[in-house]
Amino acid sequence: MTSLRRAGKQIRNGLGLYLLLLPSLILLIIFSYKPMYGVIIAFKDYKNALGIMGSPWSEPLFKNFTRFFNSFQSGTTIRNTILLSLYSMAVGFPMPIILALLINQISAPRFRKGFQTVLYLPHFISTVVMVGLLLIWLSPSRGLIGTLFGLFHLEAPNLMASASAFPSIYVWSDVWQHMGWDSIIFLAALSSVDPSLYEAATVDGATRFQKMIYIDLPLILPTAAIMLILRAGNLMNVGFEKVFLMQNDLNMQTSEIIATYVYKIGLRSSQYSVSTAVNLFNNVTNFLLLVLVNGVTRKLGDTGLF
Amino acid sequence: MHRRKVRRQGRDVVFDIILYTICALLLLIILYPLYFIIIASFSDPSAVASGSVFLYPVGFTLDGYTALLQQPQVWVGYRNTIAYTLVGTLIGLAVNIPAAYALSRRDLFGRRFLMGLFVFTMFFNGGLIPTFLTVQEAGLYNSFWVMVLPFAVSAYNIIVARTFFETSLPRELLEAAQIDGCGNLRFFFTMALPLSKAILSVIALWTAVGQWNSYFNALIYLRSENLYPLQLIMRNILITNQNFAAQGTGEAAMIAMRRASLVRYSMIIVSTVPIMCVYPFIQKYFDQGVMIGAVKG
Repeated sequence: MTSLRRAGKQIRNGLGLYLLLLPSLILLIIFSYKPMYGVIIAFKDYKNALGIMGSPWSEPLFKNFTRFFNSFQSGTTIRNTILLSLYSMAVGFPMPIILALLINQISAPRFRKGFQTVLYLPHFISTVVMVGLLLIWLSPSRGLIGTLFGLFHLEAPNLMASASAFPSIYVWSDVWQHMGWDSIIFLAALSSVDPSLYEAATVDGATRFQKMIYIDLPLILPTAAIMLILRAGNLMNVGFEKVFLMQNDLNMQTSEIIATYVYKIGLRSSQYSVSTAVNLFNNVTNFLLLVLVNGVTRKLGDTGLF
Repeated sequence: MHRRKVRRQGRDVVFDIILYTICALLLLIILYPLYFIIIASFSDPSAVASGSVFLYPVGFTLDGYTALLQQPQVWVGYRNTIAYTLVGTLIGLAVNIPAAYALSRRDLFGRRFLMGLFVFTMFFNGGLIPTFLTVQEAGLYNSFWVMVLPFAVSAYNIIVARTFFETSLPRELLEAAQIDGCGNLRFFFTMALPLSKAILSVIALWTAVGQWNSYFNALIYLRSENLYPLQLIMRNILITNQNFAAQGTGEAAMIAMRRASLVRYSMIIVSTVPIMCVYPFIQKYFDQGVMIGAVKG
């Protein structure tokens, strides 16, 4: 009873705070939580005229899911999504760490600052411009690659039209664009190194490389663990924007991922229910994965996310 | 003893040489491709096609820029993007900052639950079609507001701002104000906000850059071309129409194709240079933001 009264008092005292929360809560409920309720159309035969409630349930209930899993696209899109994600993780995760270790070793402060500024720059290029740049650079007839191959009198390959080159272009251009920016968080961790550690290591005769490996690297491991959890928990979440822009008929075999497939069958062919089913399958798998990875890392150490 | 020291310094010199070589290579890899676009945008397109543009512009021309600026949809796109960025940033601040402050208060009843409501949306969502139907039902499809309102809440920004409020607003300040009879709202507007200019600018910059660069919402929710932001118009010029001029044959098609590629170089410069020029001056705010966010991950 007293605890209830205390809660009541707490709420009364905090009325102003709830007022501050109100706008964001309203938007959140309408545009984030209401669509979560809308996923039930994955189990219905959605008709625009009947609405979400009025549309009949599918017979059998999982019809939309089985239709996807029986289609030939399901294997391709799932495989492409996972492979692209793993490739991204294998390259995109260690690169910023290595870069941060390098930047931390630069002793000239002005060069260091200029270097960082330049490496952060590509982060602010929009996805549209980034893909536009890729098309220009990699165009065999009039691009950078054509010029470079021309120096050696070679014929440049048409990489944007190649299905086997697509994952590499996607991943390495991402590294090019975001490596610098992603290193900031590790640099922040490095800035908290206790200088006496370096002094002690110097007295013991450690080289700079040894200091980097035995002092700096262990120091950023907790941060790295969290970043890895975040990435692993997003394994099925390859961003739509860049892949969609890079897609063409010739690289579709490796570039069709779940997100782009959901868009196409949903908004282009108006199969709302199937599209939602595919999307739901993706989101649920991804969420379970996140919970799993988080649980495992929490068991192993104490650097869980939540 | 002395010799050992020399050997160690020798190894460190080798280390420095390797370090600065890698740095130089990285600078080259980042800067040269961008520099290539700049010189190509000022060069005769046939010189670019023949591969002779390498270090400086060849056959200097401004044709790309004049052709680009004569396209009315580029101006429309610029106007729309500026409007979306300004309004979107204001709404983003108005929605996320107060929420972050409220959630930073330990005496807020139901704090963990409310925070959970926000964080959950970072890891799970209703998906494309249910969200699309909701937006449509709200009457926002193909309107100005769809670009700035429905997705203004950012759980990530709220977490970052909340961490800032938790760590940099002294608790004694609130206690003193409460003893003087200052209410929560008044404390937020007259004390907390003026002391939080750093986090306000960080969140404003993040939101603005995000708005400026986004195209997904426009692709899904906009149909009228006069509402299109610059990014969507650029998508047509840079990507979708990549091959439109190549369909014809002969001299005229060749010229049209080269002119189109010149327009593309100019388009990239015109759209990217503003942010690139402003960025070095505001870099410290961005760094600060990432650092604040890093405190709690």
